[in-house]
Amino acid sequence: MVSKILKRSLWVLFVLGFYFQGFAGNVAPQVGKEMPKFLLPLPKSKIERKYLGVSDKKNNFTISDIKSDVVIVEIFSMYCPHCQRHAPTVNKLYDEIQKDPELKKRIKIVGIGIGNSQYEVDFFRKKYKIQFPLIPDGEFKIYKEIGVKRTPYFIAVKRDKDGKSVVFYSKPGGFDDHKEFLKNIVKLSGIKTEK
Amino acid sequence: MLVGRKKLQGLLVTFALLAFLASSGVVIAGLKDSIYNPGKLKPTDSVPKLKVGDKAPDFTLPSVNGNKVSLHDFLGKKNVVISFVPAAWTPVCSGQWPGYNIAREVFEKYDAILLGISVDNVPTLYAWTKQMGKLWFPVLSDFWPHGRVAKMYGVLRSDGMAERALFIIDKNGIVRYIDIHDINERPRLEVLARELSKLEKKGKEVK
Repeated sequence: MVSKILKRSLWVLFVLGFYFQGFAGNVAPQVGKEMPKFLLPLPKSKIERKYLGVSDKKNNFTISDIKSDVVIVEIFSMYCPHCQRHAPTVNKLYDEIQKDPELKKRIKIVGIGIGNSQYEVDFFRKKYKIQFPLIPDGEFKIYKEIGVKRTPYFIAVKRDKDGKSVVFYSKPGGFDDHKEFLKNIVKLSGIKTEK
Repeated sequence: MLVGRKKLQGLLVTFALLAFLASSGVVIAGLKDSIYNPGKLKPTDSVPKLKVGDKAPDFTLPSVNGNKVSLHDFLGKKNVVISFVPAAWTPVCSGQWPGYNIAREVFEKYDAILLGISVDNVPTLYAWTKQMGKLWFPVLSDFWPHGRVAKMYGVLRSDGMAERALFIIDKNGIVRYIDIHDINERPRLEVLARELSKLEKKGKEVK
């Protein structure tokens, strides 16, 4: 009898374990929470490393290693038609930030190509003349860690008092108006009023 | 009481399976809410019929544009890449062709055209591919007799879908590359580009 109950509870535990395993790390980053510290391969280009302010000494970096107050992360795929159509608008956002001598220092953009190889990410960069760094996630590792289901997906993080990167924007889909989006990011992050 | 427990177990199993399926899907690359996620499938499920060096079987299929396209149309003119995808409205397939759509120059560099083939009927393919934007390559329907061309190429699965497969056929109609890929994964663009580049080299040698 005891062994029967034991067997049964083990079975239930097994099933529950299966269920939790299925969900682990599969919730998209939530506003107010710390950004997951997944490792990204260091960009090959020196200009990109300089833009992000990441050390040349390591092979990897995390979003919180990026030297700026705000980081906008675009989750995309070279194979996603929405990301393709949206690429010029993200370029305009980058240009808008770079035009402003203050914002340029405080906001950085980085793209993560889900399921894309280095070649595929480079192809996307060349095709749309993208100036900000694009990082490949060939094996869906980051995808699994952050649980973003749809591309494009935008996450924006802000450095808090303790130096942690805290998510303040996390939404699927792109934006039509890059100026409105930037205004919103600046407002939500509070970087202008802090000064 | 026992029955109640069994029911509970049944419910738990169903719930767990659903949760697992929901979480194991590959990135839904756009196309909004229309994508059906079949979960993880058996990587390949067909018996290969062709090998590199074989003559590519000829075919004529209707395209979504309304015209018919035959393999022999390209004999002596163009290298041909055939991309079989399993089915419209499924996750990986919905990404694969839009990727090729921005990579036209990769094909043209090696004097190749691309033919996209699936076993779906023309209206389905029309609705599905329309969401990808304007495609530069023909999309062909191997719907009736169902999967006849897929079968000739040894890529018809037991459930009536096609494999996710790539064939490169040179200007002489000879099969030069075969990739019957794991249906759950997308073939890398660089691999296709590399295989196409081999074609170019051979072409130069002939001259």
